[in-house]
Amino acid sequence: MSQRSVDWWVGIFVLLGIAALTVLALRVGNLSGFRYENGYILHATFNNVGSLKVRSPVKLGGVSIGEVTKIQLDPKTFLADVTMRIDPKIKLPVDTGASIYTEGLLGEQFIAIQPGGMPQDLQPGATITLTQGAVNIDQMIGQMVFNKASGTGPSVSTTS
Amino acid sequence: MSESFIPRLGHTVWQTIPRLGAATLLLFSGLFAVTHRHFSFSQWLRQTYGLGVLSLLLMIVAALFTGMVLAFQGYYALVRFGATSALGTLVALSLLRELGPVLTALLFAGRAGSALTAEIGSMKATEQLSAMEMMAVNPIAWVLAPRLWGGIVAVPILCVIFDLIGIYGGYLVAVPVLGVNGGTFWAQMQSSISFQGDILNGLFKALCFGLVVTWIAVWQGFSARPTAEGVGEATTRSVVMASLAVLGLDFILTALLF
Amino acid sequence: MANSDLIHITNLHFARGEHAVLSGIDLRVAPGSVVAIMGASGGGKTTLLNLIAGTLRPLQGEILVHGRNLATLSSAELYDLRRRMGMLFQHSALFTDLTAFENVAFPLRRHFRLPEDLLRKIVLLKLEAVGLRGAADLFPAELSGGMSRRVALARAVVMDPLLILYDEPFTGLDPISVGIIASLIRRLNDALGASSIVVSHDVQETFSIADYGYILAGGKIIAEGTPEMLRADPSPLAQQFLRGEPEGPVPFHYPARGSFAASLGVPS
Repeated sequence: MSQRSVDWWVGIFVLLGIAALTVLALRVGNLSGFRYENGYILHATFNNVGSLKVRSPVKLGGVSIGEVTKIQLDPKTFLADVTMRIDPKIKLPVDTGASIYTEGLLGEQFIAIQPGGMPQDLQPGATITLTQGAVNIDQMIGQMVFNKASGTGPSVSTTS
Repeated sequence: MSESFIPRLGHTVWQTIPRLGAATLLLFSGLFAVTHRHFSFSQWLRQTYGLGVLSLLLMIVAALFTGMVLAFQGYYALVRFGATSALGTLVALSLLRELGPVLTALLFAGRAGSALTAEIGSMKATEQLSAMEMMAVNPIAWVLAPRLWGGIVAVPILCVIFDLIGIYGGYLVAVPVLGVNGGTFWAQMQSSISFQGDILNGLFKALCFGLVVTWIAVWQGFSARPTAEGVGEATTRSVVMASLAVLGLDFILTALLF
Repeated sequence: MANSDLIHITNLHFARGEHAVLSGIDLRVAPGSVVAIMGASGGGKTTLLNLIAGTLRPLQGEILVHGRNLATLSSAELYDLRRRMGMLFQHSALFTDLTAFENVAFPLRRHFRLPEDLLRKIVLLKLEAVGLRGAADLFPAELSGGMSRRVALARAVVMDPLLILYDEPFTGLDPISVGIIASLIRRLNDALGASSIVVSHDVQETFSIADYGYILAGGKIIAEGTPEMLRADPSPLAQQFLRGEPEGPVPFHYPARGSFAASLGVPS
């Protein structure tokens, strides 16, 4: 093995490593998540965020339009304040609603947006107040069992 | 026999401490020997080639199979809960955090570490190291340092490639064979894998493993008995010790990092 | 006289653990001479060479090489001193991944930045001196035992050393190769104006080239002098060694407990 071909091979090896890391970062890791970097901020307050996390998707009609960037508790109202970044191409009416849903029975939680019909749009930094928090499955099952026992039928009412 | 166990144990410990010390000194003198005038950049390239490039094919094949098995195994666990959409996450997370670094290091110990020990051990047995010293060439700088740094550089690179190939191996089974939706596979993975927390921490693990495996290999080579049997014993010991060290260290690093 | 000696060893002691290897060695090597150190296997000859090369440290006593006490030298100074020494190892110790040419060039490449054509000249000159210029591009695995020893010899003298150490240079070679190596030792010594120390148990070949000899037994020097003086030495130990007799002060039997009959269970 001549020194020159060793140089070449090691060079290729290092480049392969860098390329693999780049693909991992973009395709697998969250560095590709920066696509909402120039999105605008919206807030939404929920009584219960369940297992919603930072980086959870924000969807409209099943299509991702943004992601959660911050979750904190408002100390005065005791409501969870969720900060989202939304694709700047998507303008939402002021009477837009937001709900926290679960993908499948055990999947990840995400924020589903229900657009309203008002002509005015939500301005960056605005807060969505028409919200429905995460469904507590334990509570749901408990209610079902209780309703059955008291003979009022199997109807399930969501807590919100 | 039983009453001699405690003194024997004490004796073993008593012998282990100075050997650990000598091995540590060897490590540091090897690491710092890059500034020595007998350290050669082209020797380092040659070792990186021998340890890294020549292990590449093994790693690619192993990674492909690992990823495919992970996808199969994960699918049958997840399908019971109707959560097959999480398959991508499961494959990627297992590879990036644990299997990638650990399997890379174990395969590296078996392929490159054993070769290193045998090479240095036979150099010692045939007096090549003594001859070097008599020619006023420092064997630490000329022989040890390029190999040590070669291993430290090669293992993380091999690990990144292992991770990526493994994830694509999982994809190959999950999407065309098991019928998981391709978009969900990647989207779920992306939403739950963090670049720093999972990818970089996994690579940090690989870096530690590379250091430890190469260190054990060169140390066993340098301290091998200078005979044919001695070199054989040292080679076996090098692989066994390196594998155990990787698994033990993995436990500690996982507890610390994740 | 003492100060002009290349090597001056006084009252040297060395031990491995509890086992004394060398005790009270006095030895001198005059410039330009070939000195033989002879003795039975395991008599501490190789240890003595390693002490002179500074790869081992003595327990007691001093070793002056070129008037400098090895014990007082730092490891960098020791390395500097070794650039003026060459050593031929028992197993040749050629680097198996390098050609004969590159093996000989190795010390030059590590210590100097010579232009390639000058380096080539020096290396080929040394290979020519051992008669192996034609084997320059062969790898050690392709060389016979005698040829590897000669390449190793060329490598040992490529830096024009003041002192050349030979560890069992004749072991494992055919008679022709032994003759070649012996004459090379003498010729290179005289051509370079160097001094040589030959450690060997091969009495005839060593005496044919040595100016002065020491016989080592049980870690002590039991006889010294020119080859003629040694041959006439009255000490029975020296005579047993030089004539290769099985019985003498060194017993044939390794010490055993009890009589042979008793260990076979025969009642006495």
